[in-house]
Amino acid sequence: MRRALLIAVPYLWLLALFLVPFLIVLKISLSDTALAIPPYLPTLDFTEGWAGIWGFLQELDFENFTFLTQDELYWRAYLSSVQIALISTVLTLLVGYPIAYGMASAPEHWRATLMMLVILPFWTSFLIRVYSWMGILSNEGLLNQLLQGLGLIDQPLIILNTNTAVYIGIVYTYLPFMILPIYAALEKMDAALLEAAEDLGCSRLTAFWLVTVPLSRQGIIAGCFLVFIPALGEFVIPSLLGGSGTLMIGKVLWEEFFNNRDWPVASAVAVILLLILIIPIILFQRNEQKQREREG
Amino acid sequence: MAQTVFAPWDNPDEKPLIQFKNVTKRFGDFTAIDNLTQDIYTREFFALLGPSGCGKTTMMRMLAGFENPSEGQILIAGQDMAGVPPNKRPVNMMFQSYALFPHLSVWDNIAFGLRREGAEKTQLAARVEQMLKLTRLERFARRKPHQISGGQRQRVALARSLAKAPKLLLLDEPLGALDKKLRQDTQFELMDIQEKTGTTFVIVTHDQEEAMTVASRVAVMDEGRIMQVATPAVIYEQPNSVYVADFIGDVNIIEGAATPHPQADGYSVAWAEGQPQFHAKTNRSFAPGQKCFLALRPEKVAISAEPPEEAANRIQGKIIDIAYLGNISTYHVRLPNGTMMKAQTANTRRLSRRSLTWEDAVWLSWTDTAAAVLEG
Repeated sequence: MRRALLIAVPYLWLLALFLVPFLIVLKISLSDTALAIPPYLPTLDFTEGWAGIWGFLQELDFENFTFLTQDELYWRAYLSSVQIALISTVLTLLVGYPIAYGMASAPEHWRATLMMLVILPFWTSFLIRVYSWMGILSNEGLLNQLLQGLGLIDQPLIILNTNTAVYIGIVYTYLPFMILPIYAALEKMDAALLEAAEDLGCSRLTAFWLVTVPLSRQGIIAGCFLVFIPALGEFVIPSLLGGSGTLMIGKVLWEEFFNNRDWPVASAVAVILLLILIIPIILFQRNEQKQREREG
Repeated sequence: MAQTVFAPWDNPDEKPLIQFKNVTKRFGDFTAIDNLTQDIYTREFFALLGPSGCGKTTMMRMLAGFENPSEGQILIAGQDMAGVPPNKRPVNMMFQSYALFPHLSVWDNIAFGLRREGAEKTQLAARVEQMLKLTRLERFARRKPHQISGGQRQRVALARSLAKAPKLLLLDEPLGALDKKLRQDTQFELMDIQEKTGTTFVIVTHDQEEAMTVASRVAVMDEGRIMQVATPAVIYEQPNSVYVADFIGDVNIIEGAATPHPQADGYSVAWAEGQPQFHAKTNRSFAPGQKCFLALRPEKVAISAEPPEEAANRIQGKIIDIAYLGNISTYHVRLPNGTMMKAQTANTRRLSRRSLTWEDAVWLSWTDTAAAVLEG
């Protein structure tokens, strides 16, 4: 009984703050846009009883989803989002793995400090950190001033408002989510395993490929999902750092809601985005489960 | 036909497999190995024995190539090992933690080293099967290391380190993680495998019983130096120093002054005022009145209620304590001047028929060759 109560608390929480809002969004995505408050039809009216509910249900249709397939903007935005998220994930892995490796092989009394430094950026607002990247990357920004001051370039590098800036922003923002799981996996590793590999004929590099990488696999997978999933729906970074050419579904969604005030189409975009995300989320869950079974 | 005794170290024509030549190893200002010179021969089972921090693990890690000597030379089969990385040495190591690869099956763990050599597939499989058979692991080949018991893991580690048929196998406290019974069984298994494969084994251990059981020679180490290298019997019966005598087994150490015996050969040792002198034979020579130590094993001291006749040494005392260990009992006897001495007897009779008990006045006696006379 007490256990049931304990489990009920998080489930009620999820029900109220995730499932109910999702159902509302799903309902709006099946509605038609209208010049009204709220800007869609039909709305549910309980005063007419069962007939009212029946009439309400009959007016719902998949028109908005059909519309998404007809306008190429949407699927191009989805594809481009997946592409940007994938590339950013790989870049984050390439940057994060050496950092995690360095942390795990640092002397033990340094590790807590290094961990602290990785988490430190979270103490500042995400938005402020992205804005500060605008200051660094813009044509008259710190980076260009520095490079020009050193005489390395004549013309300022155009980084801000390009996809490059978006990659930089995503890699920067999500780096801790990549580092921490990989670090956790590497830290658990027995250093004697590498010595054993060398003893059995591996060079340092092959020992890394045959022992370190497979043993940190779970951490790599977890880190990649933790970066890929939020990066896919990312809105702030592409709208602040990206240019007009940066097409991401999060931005499309925002414009649909606030510029076009087309709530039903925006909701349809959100529902599809969620469906796309469910696949990696399920894969992620299975990876976690496997890891638990292995350890248990 | 009597077997010839295995003692290549006594044969001046024998070429050693491993040579330490004036090896010193320092970590910062700590000297782990202090100007050490030692030969180890092919097919030997060589034990490095000592307390933790004595340098035995450093010696082994230098052989494996994980550490380089600060000074001096290490030769394996006549080849200088300076600058040769671990993966290029004809040496394999069995790690204390076993260091089995958790993501690989038992089979793949054993095959790991062979794969790095680029062994041909059927040969590789045959070699792995052979190793599995040697260590009786055939049934566990497909399991992962976390799915087998500690004893089985230990055997996988052994099989993996033997798979490449190294000239030299290093064992770092190989049986430390096993419980006593399993450890004893495994010790004999290790000796058996060493004999079958003809590999030279160097084992690091702090367990003297283990070293005595398995080794052809034991090196007792202390503070980066080898105190004595000899067969287990010599280490036990003829220790060359108080340190070695005290480190190995139980011992009574009696300090005294030696004077050459007027009639018989040997020495009289004055060890306490007003007490009869002890007599001991030794091939060491002492100046009259020189300080010496008698190292006397408890099992060489006889204990009796009646004064023994014709004993070279005898002294009366009182039983203070009896440690009953089942097969043997150790008596702690207080001598008239307060010195405590241990005597051991095998319990060949049932408990109820033994006569000695607490507070009994007893006689301790031993022969003049029982004690080792040491300089310090």
